[in-house]
Amino acid sequence: MDLNIIQIILVVIVAFLAGMEGILDEFHFHQPVIACTLIGLVTGNLVPCLILGGTLQMIALGWANIGAAVAPDAALASIASAIILVLGGQGSAGVSSAIAIAVPLAVAGLLLTIICRTIATAFVHFMDAAAKEGNFRKVELWHIIAICMQGVRIALPAALILAIGAGPVRGLLVSMPTWLTEGLAIGGGMVVAVGYAMVINMMATKEVWPFFAIGFVLATVSQITLIGLGAIGVALALIYIALSKRGGSGNGGNSNTGDPLGDIIDNY
Amino acid sequence: MVQELKLSKKNRLSVWWRSTFLQGSWNYERMQNGGWAYAMIPAIKKLYTSKEDRAAALKRHLEFFNTHPYVASPIIGVTLALEEERANGAPVDDVAIQGVKIGMMGPLAGIGDPVFWFTVKPILGALAASLAMTGNIIGPIIYFFGWNIIRMVFMWYTQEFGYKAGSKITDDLSGGLLQDITKGASILGMFILGALVNRWVSVKFTPIVSSVKLDKGAYIEWDKLPTGAQGIKEALEQQVAGLSLGDHKITTLQNNLDSLIPGLAALALTILCMWLLKKKVSPIVIILGLFVIGVVFHLIHLM
Repeated sequence: MDLNIIQIILVVIVAFLAGMEGILDEFHFHQPVIACTLIGLVTGNLVPCLILGGTLQMIALGWANIGAAVAPDAALASIASAIILVLGGQGSAGVSSAIAIAVPLAVAGLLLTIICRTIATAFVHFMDAAAKEGNFRKVELWHIIAICMQGVRIALPAALILAIGAGPVRGLLVSMPTWLTEGLAIGGGMVVAVGYAMVINMMATKEVWPFFAIGFVLATVSQITLIGLGAIGVALALIYIALSKRGGSGNGGNSNTGDPLGDIIDNY
Repeated sequence: MVQELKLSKKNRLSVWWRSTFLQGSWNYERMQNGGWAYAMIPAIKKLYTSKEDRAAALKRHLEFFNTHPYVASPIIGVTLALEEERANGAPVDDVAIQGVKIGMMGPLAGIGDPVFWFTVKPILGALAASLAMTGNIIGPIIYFFGWNIIRMVFMWYTQEFGYKAGSKITDDLSGGLLQDITKGASILGMFILGALVNRWVSVKFTPIVSSVKLDKGAYIEWDKLPTGAQGIKEALEQQVAGLSLGDHKITTLQNNLDSLIPGLAALALTILCMWLLKKKVSPIVIILGLFVIGVVFHLIHLM
């Protein structure tokens, strides 16, 4: 079916919102059940899109960005498959083929978001420069530009599908090589180290390095959750502070050095 | 102290609203740092007036940060309290503030991920999806309002909680409490960093080092199992008993490295990055390089 100009503009706006949310993860406009419904609403195909959204939501229940890992992209999957469903004009009968295309779309979206997140690295360097001048406006501006870039990440493909139709998109997705997506995912797993390295360079002193080692080794025990590790870390910090205080105050006196073994040896 | 600088409720609400956009400039170098600075701006504006102080505060809050986006709120609250004290002349240095952020972000992400991503979202999502699949518009409406109300209320109250707790920490200025917090925060921070390097940096080598044929009786003989459910039961029992699934014992390079200590490659990579950064290699170059290495190593089946 053909969409009029107002509908096309609305579709692109919805796609933009979903793209923003794909990174923010706050309002959840990118969740299939919301995104597909909105596309259905603005194109007058509410019920088929609602069904598509519900079905995709079931598939996407466990997709989450954990740590620095990036989940399959629900935003592109829902927006693009909903548009393809609407363009196909089959109504509810087209839902199953729209779902089949959604999963490769999610992977393509993953690729796009990795690219955007790498470009954003340059933006925070512009923020650094603005911070040096104490320029709030510029820092805010670059942050907003970054959010908009993520919006465009979905709005542009959506507009593209509207312009060229569903067929070529399908062809493009099939031709996307798996070595590239898998390789980039592997790279994404390693890139996290750069951020940690920066913080360690900032915080590390001779005094606190041993705690890094303890944390690293304890993390290999997979039964200890992050909450558990947090508890151990707090306990270690408390013990260290308490002990270093006792050592400090005890130096002057000679009765109690806070070192029971030392006392025994001294008194012997 | 002549005049106490205090963040008003309006300032804190403004920070809360801005923290919604925490992940907006998520990047591979310092992750949520841009969003964090964006959220802190109303507070920085209120607390510092000179250009130098403002620039220093912005720089301080553009440091690395990453956690679950909702549980960042209590950390923001504590940081607001620390900044308030600092503006009033307390000796809170940059390392203390960064230490508090890093020390809290790991464990809190450990709460946020299971609670929001693996409990609230699947429950609300499944409910909404099952309604939507029958063509009922109530589904998405429930999801949208349910999710956002829970999220907004959670973020506001935990931010306030963090702010109040943080103020209490810094109330006691005469005692060495603040110094203890500073030191404790950097200990906790380094400890958590050690754990995160192990858990969140992923380097996996796939080459097969050896493939040894196992003796009879060391593996499950699939063709000799009874058919049907009985066979599945027996196979599972044999596996629990320690029998191998295949007749070859395959050892990858990763297995060998893991037997030294799991995460060794991640540690080496982190130390390499630290060294490169100290050599003033741009982080962007390192990041792009790692992506290229990921693709190339995958192509030659090393990863």
